[in-house]
Amino acid sequence: MNAPSPVLDKCPTGIAGFDDLCLGGVPRGRATLLAGQAGAGKTLFAMSFVLNGIERCGEPGVFVSFEENPGELAVNMASLGFDLERLQKEKRLHLLHLHLDPHELIEAGEFDLDGVFLRLGAAIDAIGARRIALDAVENLFSSFSDLRILRGEFHRLLNWIKDKGITAIVTTERGRDSITRHGLEKYLADCVVTLDNRVDAQIATRRLRIVKYRGSAHASDECPFILDRNGFSVMPITSAGLAYPVSTERVSTGIPSLDAMLVGGIFCGSSVLVTGTAGTGKSSIAAHLVDAACRRGERCLYVALEESPDQVERNMSSIGFDLAQWRRAGLLRFHASRPTSSGLETHLATVFALVDEFQPKFVVVDPISAFSTASNDEPVKLMLIRMVDRFKSRGITSLFNALTSGNTMAESTAIGVSSLMDVWFLLRNLELAGERTRGLYVCKARGMAHSNQIREFLLTDEGVRLVDVVLDDNGQLLTGSARQMYKSQKEGDAAMRRAAAGRRRAALDNRRQVVEAKIAAMRAEFDEELRVLEAELSQEDADQDAAERAAAAMASRRSGGSRRDEDQ
Amino acid sequence: MNDNDSNEIQHSPPPGDWVLRLYIAGQTPKSLAAMSNLHRICDEHLAGKFQIEVIDLLERPQLAEGDQIIAIPTLVRKLPEPIRKVIGDLSNIEKTLVGLELKSL
Repeated sequence: MNAPSPVLDKCPTGIAGFDDLCLGGVPRGRATLLAGQAGAGKTLFAMSFVLNGIERCGEPGVFVSFEENPGELAVNMASLGFDLERLQKEKRLHLLHLHLDPHELIEAGEFDLDGVFLRLGAAIDAIGARRIALDAVENLFSSFSDLRILRGEFHRLLNWIKDKGITAIVTTERGRDSITRHGLEKYLADCVVTLDNRVDAQIATRRLRIVKYRGSAHASDECPFILDRNGFSVMPITSAGLAYPVSTERVSTGIPSLDAMLVGGIFCGSSVLVTGTAGTGKSSIAAHLVDAACRRGERCLYVALEESPDQVERNMSSIGFDLAQWRRAGLLRFHASRPTSSGLETHLATVFALVDEFQPKFVVVDPISAFSTASNDEPVKLMLIRMVDRFKSRGITSLFNALTSGNTMAESTAIGVSSLMDVWFLLRNLELAGERTRGLYVCKARGMAHSNQIREFLLTDEGVRLVDVVLDDNGQLLTGSARQMYKSQKEGDAAMRRAAAGRRRAALDNRRQVVEAKIAAMRAEFDEELRVLEAELSQEDADQDAAERAAAAMASRRSGGSRRDEDQ
Repeated sequence: MNDNDSNEIQHSPPPGDWVLRLYIAGQTPKSLAAMSNLHRICDEHLAGKFQIEVIDLLERPQLAEGDQIIAIPTLVRKLPEPIRKVIGDLSNIEKTLVGLELKSL
């Protein structure tokens, strides 16, 4: 053995998520206890630890089963894609089945477990094992009645493995009141992990918890995990944390008027919640964002939980979207599954696997409220937290639709989730004057200026259109026909006013003509008088001249020559 | 494979004879006690019709698989069938006799 290192050396299990939880893996060169009920996934965990060690770390491993026979084990593991046959031929894996049948055994005096030591030693030496799994050791204990000997021997076995510097995982069944039925936690104190399989609302959720890890920090929460065709994976609730980079880049929602409400679209990598009652147009908004993203050449993942992909495409074609073209172009991928088809963890893992494989820039989950029917709200929220965290840490913009019904309970579900979201659009049915119309609010938009006004939301052949609000004279919001009526009423009034003004103008024009005619007549009369007067005056002048001339002629004729000189 | 191993060890016992196999791992006090206890029991209850093979797993570890040996010492009654196993140093004579079905409970 090497000189003791101050830092605990860890041995990665290769189990997705688990190594994150315990910051690197199980303690190297020591034994880790894994306790859980029957069917909790202990064997698979132990097997994954051994096989991952072989495949990824080049560490040969021995798997010791006290329960299943190796044939069954090989079949189980083969279903997960491991070829145990080949690994054994290559001398990288050794399966050891220690068969115990308590009915054959009679204890008659002192004994030890040297048989186990010998067989284990031979297996370890045959392949140069660095890892070992002891599966279902509770069977060893239940096979012997002298537990005093058993405990001592088991302790000796663990020390013997430790002395060889081999990293071990020991699995056993949980006890009623203690971690293990036989108190093995006393001997396996370095690292203790429990597995659990609980059923809520007919759906089973597996959970894992690191109870103890001597000398190391570790997450202590219960973490859901799943067993699927990829094996064992743990999804830490806390692993994503809140330390993701954020973008200041904006992306369009595909609805210009909505972009305008947000003063330029949503932040790239943000999470958007769209809530609304049935038929308010949540999926239509989703279709807009998907279409816009695909137009930008970004890949989109559409998680449909209530409709089939064909149904989504058909419905969206009615408002003018050809989503099928994006699907054909490989930009859009649908994942449709009923929320009740499996546990939340499986849904989460499936979505994560798809995200890893497809690398989308944009994900739609429609609708998240569907999960609530399959489970109560708290696990749904936890799942969504992890989904949002995963998307954000990858810079994926996400949109979550949630159905709310009229009552407050369902709204509170959405509100419980809304705190996770960066942007929240609330769609409302507005009932007014015996008519139902749709309204859209921007409830919140983190870090973005946004309009506080409600917009009327129209579904047209060309998709969603937001109409500016119309308020009547009393400040009441008007939508739909009421809005149109109000507008036409306003227009009618204006026309009438225009007509009235026209009529008054015509009347004035008439009066002007009358006045002008009168003025013309008066002027004509005046001119005539003036002419007559002037004519009279000039006649009078002429008459006077004539009279004067006649008088002068008379005088000259009376006075002769002398008088004539005087006058000149 | 197990049958082959057995054939190597067995020397085709006369019909009716008991074949008993004692697995030990080195000459430990428990092993020695088991051997002497076994001989005493056989001499007393199976005089003249028994065969004892002692297998030291330190010398032949591969033989542990065949009879699925976990505890040491383990006494296996190969014949008469069915197989019976008694573990321990056989210091508890009563239990050994019950285990070998030489005495009912």
